Amino acid sequence: MKALSKKRRHPLAAVALLLFGLLVTGSLYTAAGSISEAKAADTTSASVTDVEEGQKLFVANCATCHGMSAEGTADGPSLIGVGAAAVDFQVGTGRMPMQMQGPQAQAKPVQFDDEQISQLSAYVASLGAGPAIPGEDVLDTTQGDAAQGGTIFRVNCAMCHNAAAGGGALTRGKFAPTLAGVSEKHIYEAMATGPQNMPVFNDSNITPDDKRDVITFLKTIEANGSAGGAALGNLGPVAEGLFVWTAGLGIIIAFTIWLTSRPS
Amino acid sequence: MGDHSHGSPEESGTVAKADDVAQDRFPDPGLPPHRPRLADRDPRAAKRHERQVALLFTISIIGTLFFFVAYFVLGRLGEMTFAELRVQNAALGLGTAFAMLGIGVGIVHWAKTLMPDHELVEQRHEISSEKDRQDAVDIIDTVIEETGIKRRPLIRNTLIGAIALAPIPAIFMFRDLDRTGKTAHQMIEQMRHTLWDTGVRLTRDPSGTPIKASDVQLGSAFHVIPEGLENAENMLNEKAKAVVLLMRMDPQEMNISEGREDWHVDGIVAYSKICTHVGCPIALYEQHTHHLLCPCHQSTFDLANECKVIFGPAGHALPQLPITVDADGYLVAQSDFHEPVGPSYWERG
Amino acid sequence: MATTNEYTPSTTTGRLANFVDSRVGASGMVKEFGRKIFPDHWSFMFGEVALYTFVLLLLSGTFLTFFFDPSMTHITYNGSYVPLKGIGMSAAMASTMDISFDVRGGLFMRQVHHWSALLFVASLSVHMLRVFFTGAFRRPRELNWVVGGVLLIMGLAAGFTGYSLPDDLLSGNGLRIIDGVMKALPIVGTYLSMFFFGGEFPGVHVIPRLYSLHIMIVPAVIILLLVIHLFMVVTHKHTQYPGPGRTNDNVVGFPVGPVYAAKAGGFFFIVFGIVAFISGLFQINPIWNYGPYDPSPVSAGTQPDWYIGFVDGALRLMPGYLGNFSFEWIIPFPWGDNTLVLSVLLPALVPAGVLFMVMFAWPWIERWVTKDNREHHLLDRPRNAPFRTAMGAAGVVFYCVMWAAASSDLIATHFHVALNDVTYWLRILFFLGPIFAFWITRRICLSLQRKDREIVLHGREAGIIQMSPEGGFSEKHEEVDVYKRFLLTSYNDNKYIPAQPDAAGHVSGSEKRRAALSKFFFEDRVAPVTPSELEAAHAAHGHHEVEGEKQDSIEK
Repeated sequence: MKALSKKRRHPLAAVALLLFGLLVTGSLYTAAGSISEAKAADTTSASVTDVEEGQKLFVANCATCHGMSAEGTADGPSLIGVGAAAVDFQVGTGRMPMQMQGPQAQAKPVQFDDEQISQLSAYVASLGAGPAIPGEDVLDTTQGDAAQGGTIFRVNCAMCHNAAAGGGALTRGKFAPTLAGVSEKHIYEAMATGPQNMPVFNDSNITPDDKRDVITFLKTIEANGSAGGAALGNLGPVAEGLFVWTAGLGIIIAFTIWLTSRPS
Repeated sequence: MGDHSHGSPEESGTVAKADDVAQDRFPDPGLPPHRPRLADRDPRAAKRHERQVALLFTISIIGTLFFFVAYFVLGRLGEMTFAELRVQNAALGLGTAFAMLGIGVGIVHWAKTLMPDHELVEQRHEISSEKDRQDAVDIIDTVIEETGIKRRPLIRNTLIGAIALAPIPAIFMFRDLDRTGKTAHQMIEQMRHTLWDTGVRLTRDPSGTPIKASDVQLGSAFHVIPEGLENAENMLNEKAKAVVLLMRMDPQEMNISEGREDWHVDGIVAYSKICTHVGCPIALYEQHTHHLLCPCHQSTFDLANECKVIFGPAGHALPQLPITVDADGYLVAQSDFHEPVGPSYWERG
Repeated sequence: MATTNEYTPSTTTGRLANFVDSRVGASGMVKEFGRKIFPDHWSFMFGEVALYTFVLLLLSGTFLTFFFDPSMTHITYNGSYVPLKGIGMSAAMASTMDISFDVRGGLFMRQVHHWSALLFVASLSVHMLRVFFTGAFRRPRELNWVVGGVLLIMGLAAGFTGYSLPDDLLSGNGLRIIDGVMKALPIVGTYLSMFFFGGEFPGVHVIPRLYSLHIMIVPAVIILLLVIHLFMVVTHKHTQYPGPGRTNDNVVGFPVGPVYAAKAGGFFFIVFGIVAFISGLFQINPIWNYGPYDPSPVSAGTQPDWYIGFVDGALRLMPGYLGNFSFEWIIPFPWGDNTLVLSVLLPALVPAGVLFMVMFAWPWIERWVTKDNREHHLLDRPRNAPFRTAMGAAGVVFYCVMWAAASSDLIATHFHVALNDVTYWLRILFFLGPIFAFWITRRICLSLQRKDREIVLHGREAGIIQMSPEGGFSEKHEEVDVYKRFLLTSYNDNKYIPAQPDAAGHVSGSEKRRAALSKFFFEDRVAPVTPSELEAAHAAHGHHEVEGEKQDSIEK
């Protein structure tokens, strides 16, 4: 260690460090790139035809807002570099195509079948590098750690989505949706791509393993349900107060009226 | 219109007398005639009510027994699944509810149908008579007179002084509620400082791993704690001041004021996560609108304008943490915050 | 020391009573209370609900203290709940987790405690609203009204100190808000916060301190006030609604033994049963969802329990800036700048202060305006005191606007409106709502009084349509019986009392203000039907000429 710290001051140290840094990032990037290529390969079987089919679908359904070659218009952002995951999430949850312009795209019945979605994804992925559709291994909740995932969820997600994933309000008509019933894949893709106003949680912020832990946590609490009876929407003290004032006092008033009434 | 008759000077301040309202009123017809109940007229109905009451008490007994079933059969120590716990909790609740409602409804039903239901009349009495009051005043006067407190002002005044002073130590006793052992000045100084300092690395919350500038892509948000936080004395106190939100936006879109030009790294900015209103963590970052929203009271801050308040109750902008990159490419603080973080207080200035 | 003529009991009850009475002298109490009359009405039961839920709080609370560890020592959770296993948390949180998952029936008791607490404050509030709207606070019960008001505040204190104890994320952020509000107090705020938390927030001292308050001082004060409150109820005897046979000098109702005691006693079990039912089937405060307190995370929908909601809502409604005007004032003093945080101080203190001050002072305000210092044991039907009912409604709306603001985010997500718009609307309602409520309520009361007049003068609509020989249709009206007529005509009718000069012939400023208020409250009023009016109406044979009669009786 001593030797190393002495050499740190050497004039060539900076150059060496730079070279080392470039080497590491470069190799990591190639590794990451090849992984995502591999994933792209196994989610899309016949790449070339898929891209072509996807382009046709895109021109017919998406180009009005996103532009003929996905370069973006005043009505929709550019999709170059958003990656297959973004398309799979947006189209796969029915958010795209949007019904109308609004504060945010809403989930609704899905417009395309799985094959069409993967063709669209393949086309958009071919436009520029971006997050790929996650593989099965990072979605496998049996390998995740729910406690670790819960900690990450509380720090990074709970402020918008609520600690029990019940959803919450954002500014000017936007909102964070509830996460109950959202598939593992879509949760992962949302974290990786940051749909709408959600921030992006790239792999250097929350690693794929951490993302799997978060998904494990969400699926655990969803499977658990509530321990103490009906959860009242998991909305916290407001729902509880409303319940006491309506149902609680309602039952009590019914009893008081019976108690003070005169029998026939 | 008829009111003016009250307005004579002699009557000023007095209240309306009971009898002037009573004139030209309908007479009180007295209590309506008593209507007998079914059970009063029909012994069979009474018998039926008796059986109903007994049935309700039996339901209570069954409820209590059911509670024991829920406690011993459905419940066990150790790990229970949520479903088991929910069933047990519901069973305990329903058992108790039937045990209690059986008794309660039974007794009330008994009282309503079988106990006499003639309304009785009781006269009110004055709370205390004029004479009693006069006697009491006389007694108090005598007691005061016998103490001689009015005649001996020296005793009276020193007693008042002593009594006024005596509770003050009790207030000062609470001085050591503050367990830090520091002077007020030191404490206020401490509130102004956080763990951030020149060269302290920005690390991920909660893992504590450092963040490279290249990790932070456009539109992402990192929740950040200072390096070495987990080893700090009073970790939570330090964390409560030092948490930071790290975001990246296009430098073109940012309005940067004079003196803060080099506080960001290529559009990567760090702001205190503690709301300047009453201190909730403001962690809701909207990547396209660049708004930061506090979930507690909805203060909204605009990241493009150095986190100035654009909506809600907060009174000043979020403090910005000046950052830079160190030789290894990791994000580090240039210094501590330049102003106190969190809610405003008197000494903040 | 036996005397020759000692009372010798002949029955078992008698022997038992004799044993007790010759030692503690209980016969006086039995004589006083045994057949004491209590009037019976469903709206009189809310005080009992509050009392019984308080008993439930004591019972379930004692159970919880056996397992709860009020310590902020940092430990690692190793209980049964998997998604928090191995996570660091305070001993308080861990023991609350253990109560929920590792003590049989512990979760049920926690839920009983928390639901009872919500119901306790709710029933206290409804009880106070009943007392207010029926005028039961008037002489001689003004002091009991004040005691009741203090009980409400103590109820809030008990609830707040208890809310924070589990040291979960939700309650921790609640404490953080309290810290922020404390620090906003000028001059003393920072020190108060340091003393409260034992140093900087959150420290390791606040939970044990809140625990002492929650299980000792606050309940002790509540019990003390409760005893005073009930003692005064017994001294005053209960009020009753007006009606035939019910006067200001009597009480009509059921004797304590047996009917009233049976009903009241049975009602305890009913309240217990209802709370047990709710606690068994509905989850409350799932701390395992929120996780342990940590200053960095926060959950969407972070709100206090309902009874603190109105203060939280006021904090949300306050704008920090109006245009460029900041409500955070930096005041330059010779020794340096100090900060006056009006954006926190105003909403935290002013609305609650105004509400409680008007509430406490109302019996005296009303006495001053009406110059009515008589003893009142007969209640007002709310419609027969339009000014008071309208003031009460204004207060309720004022409270409810702030209360709604505390859930502005949930209103936004559930009704699909923008969060900001909800806040803007509620800000407007904060000022206009009470005024509208006052005006509308008073109009409704006056209309109901007019309807009562109609019923007395014209009788009840019988629902039978008659055809006259001329071919016109009309509805038959049935005359009301004497009992109903007495109920509808026997109310206390407040009139406008103009300013009156004092003994020296001088009209003081305060008297002028009183007269102005009196005019505001009583200018519009509907007088009860008098026998002579009814006679005139009968003379006119129930036709619509009575309209002319009304002009005289409805004074303007």
